[in-house]
Amino acid sequence: MRLVHRVPSFLSSKWTKIPVFFACLVPFGVLIWQASTGNLGPNPVETLQHTTGDWTLRFLVITLSISPLRKLLKLPELIRFRRMLGLFAFFYVCLHFLTYLGPDQNFSLAAMGTDVYKRPFVTVGFTGFVLLIPLALTSTAASIRRLGGRRWQMLHRLIYISAVCGVIHYYWLVKSAVLRPLTYAAIVAVLLLWRLVDWLIRRGRAVPATASTQRASVNG
Amino acid sequence: MMLIRRKPELTYADVTPKEIYFNRRKFLKAMGAAGAAAFTGGHLLELASPSRSVYAGAKFPNLIKSPFSTTEKETPYQDVTHYNNFYEFGIDKDAPAKNAQKFRTSPWTVSVEGEVKTKRKFTMDEILKLAPLEERIYRHRCVEAWSIVVPWIGFSFSTIANLVEPTPKAKYVAFESFYDPGQMPEARYGGIDFPYVEGLRLDEAMNPLTLLCVGMYGDSLANQDGAPVRTVIPWKYGFKSIKSIVKIKFVAKEPPTTWNLANSHEYGFYSNVNPNVDHPRWSQATERRLGEIFRHKTLMFNGYQDQVASMYAGMDLKKYY
Repeated sequence: MRLVHRVPSFLSSKWTKIPVFFACLVPFGVLIWQASTGNLGPNPVETLQHTTGDWTLRFLVITLSISPLRKLLKLPELIRFRRMLGLFAFFYVCLHFLTYLGPDQNFSLAAMGTDVYKRPFVTVGFTGFVLLIPLALTSTAASIRRLGGRRWQMLHRLIYISAVCGVIHYYWLVKSAVLRPLTYAAIVAVLLLWRLVDWLIRRGRAVPATASTQRASVNG
Repeated sequence: MMLIRRKPELTYADVTPKEIYFNRRKFLKAMGAAGAAAFTGGHLLELASPSRSVYAGAKFPNLIKSPFSTTEKETPYQDVTHYNNFYEFGIDKDAPAKNAQKFRTSPWTVSVEGEVKTKRKFTMDEILKLAPLEERIYRHRCVEAWSIVVPWIGFSFSTIANLVEPTPKAKYVAFESFYDPGQMPEARYGGIDFPYVEGLRLDEAMNPLTLLCVGMYGDSLANQDGAPVRTVIPWKYGFKSIKSIVKIKFVAKEPPTTWNLANSHEYGFYSNVNPNVDHPRWSQATERRLGEIFRHKTLMFNGYQDQVASMYAGMDLKKYY
């Protein structure tokens, strides 16, 4: 019991962010290590593309699960990690994009443009990537102040679309073995449905506006 | 057909003696394992029990060098045997190398049946003695836009066809892979139906390039590459070259093929390598050779147009993709 009570204060400690930060860098470190020792397998480019793509989806899912977990576990302190996790999703999608722009498109923006236009599978992945850019750019506290909590939150709901794009991108990539993309699809669906249900419940309660909705909106 | 015989100056054996290659790999592996052992120790197990198939070790000493061979650089054996699409043994590229090790490839028989004068069952030993074995270094292009160069061993499929004598009714050849859910538990995640089936038009099957393949890199086929016997059709996407064959049937009508059944919109019966006809989801104009970073152009019929283009004269290859 005592341990359970300590979790919130542990999560609020200024030191816990540091190990989480380094934990998020582990997949990147493993790739660097594999690349420098020639252990990326017979198709190194594909290994880089698939691994960075996988980690993008994982970080999107982890980021999206923060809000539900805060409520279900009654741990509002988890909010402290959300921005960092979201930025790691962006970090891995940037690497993912570079492995596409470089080895696949020879760093040619024109070739990339044609490819993005021509192939739905690329279009949807590219869309998911582009949608994350404004979120990364407005991830500072100053941006929240400048935009105002409500508008900032509206903007950051783009992550929902981005995650859906990511799942479709993965689903359209595989030839026939759809189990893994469908697993991601199911998780994202649950995370988004939870928000819908949560929103409906809050609306149904018909609490006279202001204070409570204001608070909920910042919690997102 | 006139063929220009190129005198092979360098043979496979000259370039990379397999024993030295393997010893070198073992040495490197041991070095790595010694280092890694401090952390895991996992690699040592693999070293202690190097898995070998039944035929492995049985060398093919007097291989005929084929004029069909390319002079392009061969893809390392390690890559060709650790990057496979063999969904019976799992969907990841490195899964077949792990999951096919205990695959029983002996005893093995191939049943040849259908529209032929003499239906016959061949044992592997009989197949190996049907014709002098050739080494053919072919380009191999996967529909997923990666490619390899492999020194296969075998003889033209027409050898076996001529032996059983197809009747005039025979217009196509249907192939069937071995399937045993007991030995292939991963197959259930593949998303395609098994046994794997493939097919060729009779003239395609009789084309001298179409190889009935029993080995690679001077040795038997690795299990994950389709042991003990497969076809290799170098001008078609890789999935047309069926692995671990148990049945060959000469038929009158175009036979069903696995990927076409799974998704007819994306995988046609012909599936000739064609840089001008894209896969609905990705371009086929370029490919990545395993081990290389950047892509290069894909050639029409994978560069075998001289030998095969005439078979498709007048055909709309966009329609018959």
